Amino acid sequence: MDIRLEGIGHSYDNVEVMREISLEIPAGRIVCIVGPSGCGKSTLLRIIGGLERPTQGRVLQIGVPPEGCLNPLTYVFQDFALLPWRSVHGNVSLVLEDHGIPDAEADEIIADVLARTKLSDFAKALPRQLSGGMKQRVAIARALAVKPAVLLMDEPLSALDSQTRELLMDDLVSLYARQPFTAIYVTHNLNEAVRLGHSIVVLSRRPGQIREVVHLDRPLQERALGDPELEARQKYLWDLMRAEARAADAELVNV
Amino acid sequence: MSNATMNSDAARGRPVAFRGGGFAPRPQRWVAFVVFAALIALAEWGTRVGWISPLTLPRPSDVLATFRDLISTGLLFDHMGPSLARLAVGSAIGVAAGIGTGILIGLFSHVRSGLVPVVAALFPIPKIALLPLFVIWFGIGEGSKYALIAFGTFTPTVVATYGAVDNVDRTLIRMGQSFGLSWISIVRKIVLPGAMPGILSGMRISLAIAIILLVAAEMLGAEYGIGAYILEAGSLYDLERLFAGVVILSLLGVLVSAAIGVVERRLLAWRT
Repeated sequence: MDIRLEGIGHSYDNVEVMREISLEIPAGRIVCIVGPSGCGKSTLLRIIGGLERPTQGRVLQIGVPPEGCLNPLTYVFQDFALLPWRSVHGNVSLVLEDHGIPDAEADEIIADVLARTKLSDFAKALPRQLSGGMKQRVAIARALAVKPAVLLMDEPLSALDSQTRELLMDDLVSLYARQPFTAIYVTHNLNEAVRLGHSIVVLSRRPGQIREVVHLDRPLQERALGDPELEARQKYLWDLMRAEARAADAELVNV
Repeated sequence: MSNATMNSDAARGRPVAFRGGGFAPRPQRWVAFVVFAALIALAEWGTRVGWISPLTLPRPSDVLATFRDLISTGLLFDHMGPSLARLAVGSAIGVAAGIGTGILIGLFSHVRSGLVPVVAALFPIPKIALLPLFVIWFGIGEGSKYALIAFGTFTPTVVATYGAVDNVDRTLIRMGQSFGLSWISIVRKIVLPGAMPGILSGMRISLAIAIILLVAAEMLGAEYGIGAYILEAGSLYDLERLFAGVVILSLLGVLVSAAIGVVERRLLAWRT
């Protein structure tokens, strides 16, 4: 299933936060959206997943979601959004409970996604017992459990320390290698973008507009920490964004 | 201190003085017992020696003797039974209605706008003043007693519940919506458990109010009940019996509070 954005524009009260964003997200690719803070990247992601209404334009799903898909557009949130009163198993089962899946089948799905995210031993643990990286892996497992057509990832690694972030990036890459998925990945971290993105959409500061789309053809598994070509791409992206980021930093926050 | 010793002190190094700690009270079980025992011992000693006259305060040992009589004659249970039933039925109705209303106020703008002022208007009314009204509405029997306790526990429960619902993490609700959970699932699996800490701490207050109102409810037309017992003792200036009744009420309060503590440990084990 592909996603197409047609002329998305959005304003809060009288502040225009994004303008004329048109974009195609083809199935099986990871599209990263980067931009200075306040450029509306998270808002854009909420619009794509139907959690917010754009003031202009529309988001289209093209084609049908894959078979067995319970929730075509599925989020992974920056702050994990796990229910603290449910165990790891319970947090994953939450999203299956409304679909009338028989218990045995649900348990199978949960066991499978926990295995894929290396959490099988922690099924009974409560979120407060887990590290940040593990919590985000639970959130990823939960997202995978509904067999999404498109994963909408809102700064999924931004709440983690840099070592955990490296580990989770490896996990995401190996998940992708096993079974390619479609994702829109919002981040402010350019290193994540060049490691995980097949294409990288650079937004300008408010009102957010597409400045450039950078394509990276190298397969994800071959991208490693400190790769000179990736470093060069990252520097290129940073040069694109530096002035914008500085200007955005100096703005007053009133959104 | 001379310059020379200061220099040598500095050279050898001084341990950094500890200045953290405090500001973190921890429960010390036995302290409460010691305080209680000391207060009772003081009263006993005062009444025996004579600087507290028996008209001011009954002797604790006499109160204890009265209490023993209550148990041996079986009167205690005659009084406790109806009282506990009234407390249970009345507060169950009040708390259940309060939680329901509180959740509706927490979730729907129109209900909120419509009912918050009503609740604010009802809250400060001394419910005891409405007792005659309840007698007219629900009769002089158990109905008016249930109604008084239910009404008294209702308002604090509503206020605690909608405050607790307001405090439920909105990102969790967004998460529920983003996974396509039904409205009822979001309320049942996210809003209610998220509001539970606030609801339970509100219940501590509601149930204490329920015990206060229990005595008020038994002022009218109750033959048996802790409230009836205390009021009868009071009108006869029988201080030993009055105090025995008051002690029962206090114990009831402690028990209810402990019971909520147990429920909290069960339901809120997920909190650190």
